[in-house]
Amino acid sequence: SQRMLKQTLFNLLKKTLAKPGVKNIVLVEGVRTPFLLSGTTYADLMPHDLARAALQGLLHKTSLPKDAVDYIIYGTVIQEVKTSNVAREASLGAGFSDKIPSHTVTMACISSNVAMTTGVGLITAGQCDTIVAGGVEFMSDVPIRHSRKMRKTMLALNRAKTLGQRLSLIGSIRMAHLTPELPAVAEFSTAETMGHSADRLAAAFGVTRLEQDEFALRSHTLAKQAQDAGLLSDVISFKVPGRDTVAKDNGIRPSSMEQLAKLKPAFIKPHGTVTAANSSFLTDGASAVLIMSEEKALAMGYKPKAYLRDFVFVSQDPKDQLLLGPAYGTPKVLARAGLTMDDIDVFEFHEAFAGQIMANLKALDSDWFAQTYMGRKVKVGAPAMEKFNLWGGSLSLGHPFGATGCRLVTTVAHRLLKEGGQYGLVAACAAGGQGHAMVIEAYPQ
Amino acid sequence: MFSYISCRTFSVAPAMSARTHVNYEVKEDVAVIRMNDPTSKVNTLSVQMQNEMIEVFNEVLANDAVQSAVLISSKPGCFIAGADINMIQACNTSEEVTKLSQEGQKMFARIEKSPKPIVAAINGPCLGGGLEFAIACQYRVATKSKKTVLGTPEVMLGLLPGAGGTQRLPKMVGIPGAFDMMLTGRNIRADKAKKMGLVHQLVDPLGPGLKSPEERTIEYLEEVAIQCAKGIVNKKISLTKEKGMMQKVQDYVMGIEFVRQQIYKTVTAKVMKMSKGLYPAPLKIIESVKAGLEQGPDSGYLAEAQNFGKLAMTSESNALIGLYHGQVACKKNRFGVPERPVKNLAILGAGLMGAGIAQVTVDKGIHTVLKDTTVEGLSRGQQQVYKGLNDKTKKKTITSFERDFTLASLTGQLDYSGFEKADMVIEAVFEDLNIKHRVIKEVEAVIPPHCIFATNTSALPIKDIAAASIRPEKVIGMHYFSPVDKMQLLEIITTDKTSKDTTASAVAVGLKQGKVIIVVGDGPGFYTTRCLAPMLAEAVRLLQEGVDPKKLDALTTGFGFPVGAATLADEVGIDVAAHVAEDLGKAFGSRFGGGNVEVLKTMVEKGFKGRKSGKGCYVYTPGLKSKDVNPDIEDVLEKYKLTPNPLVSSDSDVQYRLVSRFVNEAVMCLQEGILNGPVEGDIGAVFGLGFPPCLGGPFRFVDTFGANKLVEKMRRYEEVYGNHFTPCQLLLDHAKDSSKRFHK
Repeated sequence: SQRMLKQTLFNLLKKTLAKPGVKNIVLVEGVRTPFLLSGTTYADLMPHDLARAALQGLLHKTSLPKDAVDYIIYGTVIQEVKTSNVAREASLGAGFSDKIPSHTVTMACISSNVAMTTGVGLITAGQCDTIVAGGVEFMSDVPIRHSRKMRKTMLALNRAKTLGQRLSLIGSIRMAHLTPELPAVAEFSTAETMGHSADRLAAAFGVTRLEQDEFALRSHTLAKQAQDAGLLSDVISFKVPGRDTVAKDNGIRPSSMEQLAKLKPAFIKPHGTVTAANSSFLTDGASAVLIMSEEKALAMGYKPKAYLRDFVFVSQDPKDQLLLGPAYGTPKVLARAGLTMDDIDVFEFHEAFAGQIMANLKALDSDWFAQTYMGRKVKVGAPAMEKFNLWGGSLSLGHPFGATGCRLVTTVAHRLLKEGGQYGLVAACAAGGQGHAMVIEAYPQ
Repeated sequence: MFSYISCRTFSVAPAMSARTHVNYEVKEDVAVIRMNDPTSKVNTLSVQMQNEMIEVFNEVLANDAVQSAVLISSKPGCFIAGADINMIQACNTSEEVTKLSQEGQKMFARIEKSPKPIVAAINGPCLGGGLEFAIACQYRVATKSKKTVLGTPEVMLGLLPGAGGTQRLPKMVGIPGAFDMMLTGRNIRADKAKKMGLVHQLVDPLGPGLKSPEERTIEYLEEVAIQCAKGIVNKKISLTKEKGMMQKVQDYVMGIEFVRQQIYKTVTAKVMKMSKGLYPAPLKIIESVKAGLEQGPDSGYLAEAQNFGKLAMTSESNALIGLYHGQVACKKNRFGVPERPVKNLAILGAGLMGAGIAQVTVDKGIHTVLKDTTVEGLSRGQQQVYKGLNDKTKKKTITSFERDFTLASLTGQLDYSGFEKADMVIEAVFEDLNIKHRVIKEVEAVIPPHCIFATNTSALPIKDIAAASIRPEKVIGMHYFSPVDKMQLLEIITTDKTSKDTTASAVAVGLKQGKVIIVVGDGPGFYTTRCLAPMLAEAVRLLQEGVDPKKLDALTTGFGFPVGAATLADEVGIDVAAHVAEDLGKAFGSRFGGGNVEVLKTMVEKGFKGRKSGKGCYVYTPGLKSKDVNPDIEDVLEKYKLTPNPLVSSDSDVQYRLVSRFVNEAVMCLQEGILNGPVEGDIGAVFGLGFPPCLGGPFRFVDTFGANKLVEKMRRYEEVYGNHFTPCQLLLDHAKDSSKRFHK
């Protein structure tokens, strides 16, 4: 038919997504520290140390002059209170010029996506030409606070004028004051933990335990293959002070279906389907990318890896649709770019939970869901698995919340280069019921 | 045991079965029994449902391919709401009802002894007979949905759980827990039910997926229940609960007869104190539990069935069931769907009433504006709304986020900005016609043409207020009761000019606010205030005649009023009572006389305005629950002292003097067309004024007590006090012809 012919022609021509009057923005390079299970080799560091390592790795890999950057933006989720603007501390510590302003952004698991798109915005607006964006997460140490009661007493002690006042305040301290307050893993608005929500999501879409375990095994197997084949070239090696040099992710553990089946559900007991093995694990790690206007990159003699094209942020009900960001973001960003699912050669979706990925794929493949919840006439369809997360994903490589977005974008660029594809799609979900999707186009080689 | 059982394997062929309420399907080796009453929104244990259930149960037992069963409702949001009340009401003797109970007991005994384990999968209300069914099953799985509640509300209908509930519950949740459930009849949420041991496993409600959340949640519940059923069969799930230390200790303590006797005694004393012995059901519940525990199951089940039969024939049960039906009727909008739904509601006056109305509106998806004239008044009102929601957060019925989200729909302001978007304005300003007129004019200058103006007044005729309006068809009365978040009644008052759509809209808003609604005609005091006024006048006369406030309270509560007459006056406010007495006195003349209004006026002058001022008939000390009689009112009463006539001053006469004036006025409201019917009259009196629920309301009271007997008493009082006690024509008609009844 005519439509098919058109489609074939379009594929043959592989036209660029450049838009008239809009600057081309390119990804020059992307790096990350090895992603490690929290509590392992990075245990004694601070978050900005990891971010520093990523920044230094980027400098090293690109030979970028330390004063050639206009702005540095970092994403993070659980903030270390001493370095609340971790972007600034890390860029100073990495030896960047102190004349480069830096700020930190947060949007749960898509924080570094926000860092990157903020950079894109600054370039598009003509404010900057060269941006370093990145993300960092450090779960080996998290801010554990005194209880609110204790904090109140301590603050009152600060203001107490007389010894009597001080003594009476100290005397008011009870056992209950000493109970510490851990950072909540639960959604603030619903008080539900993410794993619990993921289990419900999987159940809502009828995702079985078997499907989840199979997907988890796939992720680990593909990650191991990629690691062994040396495809994970974004990983830099990092000499950890007082420890060995780390050069590899340490969470990749291909197991067997039998082993996976033995695990008990981690959140909904006893009939839940989400287990420790089919969920992403707590991870330490940092990433960094160099984003420039195409003109500037070329002027500085760089060979860009990819164009960063259309992107969308989406958000929905944080209770029942907490992790459906990719399902909502994908059709939207495709529409913006004028592409269909078939046009995409490389998919990189953030794997928070195997059940969450499967649910998103089922949502994308459902006309009913598209019509009932997305106001679309038809579904866009699910991505072809032979194009999907082929080098592993968050389940196996690890998921340092704030750093994952840059890993996804860099991986798409690298896979497009390696596989010879034209378009890539990144999609991710995030706490708060939010999500992100971005189209990336290969840079003509 | 079973005569003939057809040999069917797998799914029942629809052609072979004419069943409409219960069906089953075999999934692997689990029979999934599905209930769905096609004639109703909820499932009840009707005759049809029970018969089909027995049929299906027999088939399941006989089916060799079946190892276990799951019992589930295919109605989204309802397991079984209870037994079919009509089934009980259709009986004429207690023996018939006892037989009904025994049939139920027998059926559930078979379920309990089923060799194939049955898992009850509960989503939505599981109440009364439904709960008794579920606890006869071997295992219970429930969804954590807000709609899922378990309970034994029979006591609220003057009945008891008559299908084994009084026998199984004490064993399942312990004696104190069982008494608490059966004597309060309260609803228990799923998570609490799990803690109590009433259900074994919980299932989370699901959100959007490939099907609607409701549909998929039931499917999921079924999947989990099937897993449980299989788990029981292959012994992965044990039915004998591992008992914790606390449980063992509790069991040991409850094993001591002396302890049990003490519990019966304490519970009985508590029931007597709360019910004044006016409600037989709680005592029969205690009796049935006791029979089972002390004399064994045979005696227990027999006691339960016999007591159930007895209770079903009591006037109290009849009254309570009447109220239940009335309440259901008053939760419907007989004026149809309003042309446009109210999305923006503005309330004038942030006092107790205004803020109370805001409190019950803001969490119903209606944007609510609370307007006052002063920052102090406004912030007091806003704090009241916040406190109401925050208390719910503390009780964990809503999260702090839900509280904040709800409060985002409340706007506090001092001016009329945004009123151009209002769909309805409810004014709750001071009860003064001039102020109301000023307000209505101010408001009408800023609101859009479709906006309804509702006035919250307890006595001022709506047509008088509407006189200042340029669009009287949009003016209506909405009489809320204080405290608004606790009192269920809303009295809506229409004038001759009020349009039907305005009424429909007011009722729709009231229903959204969760109110039970009566719609009455306009007139001084409408219905509720008008009934209350003569009773309060009589109460004042009794005080003047030397009846001490405490005695007066005891006599009224002894008759079944939840709040004594003297306390009620304090709660309403002595100033309000004086105001109303004077206004209605003017409107209705000497018939509304009795006590001297000056008594109230003098009290107000002395600052005894009731609870709000700390002093009224009683002295209120903050933080103290007990209250003493205000010693300073003795002077006032001494000044207006009347000599009681011993012929009409016995305790019983005092009670009937109060009640007969109330009842006569209610009947007169029906006679004059203020009331739409006796049902609304009963509901209004019970839910708005605390007329004794065990009597079912003034109209049912006349039916039960006998109009002729009431008239007889009134004539006796009339001889002493004159027209205060003259029975109205409609009451006389009923007295003359004993076949005339308000309720069929």
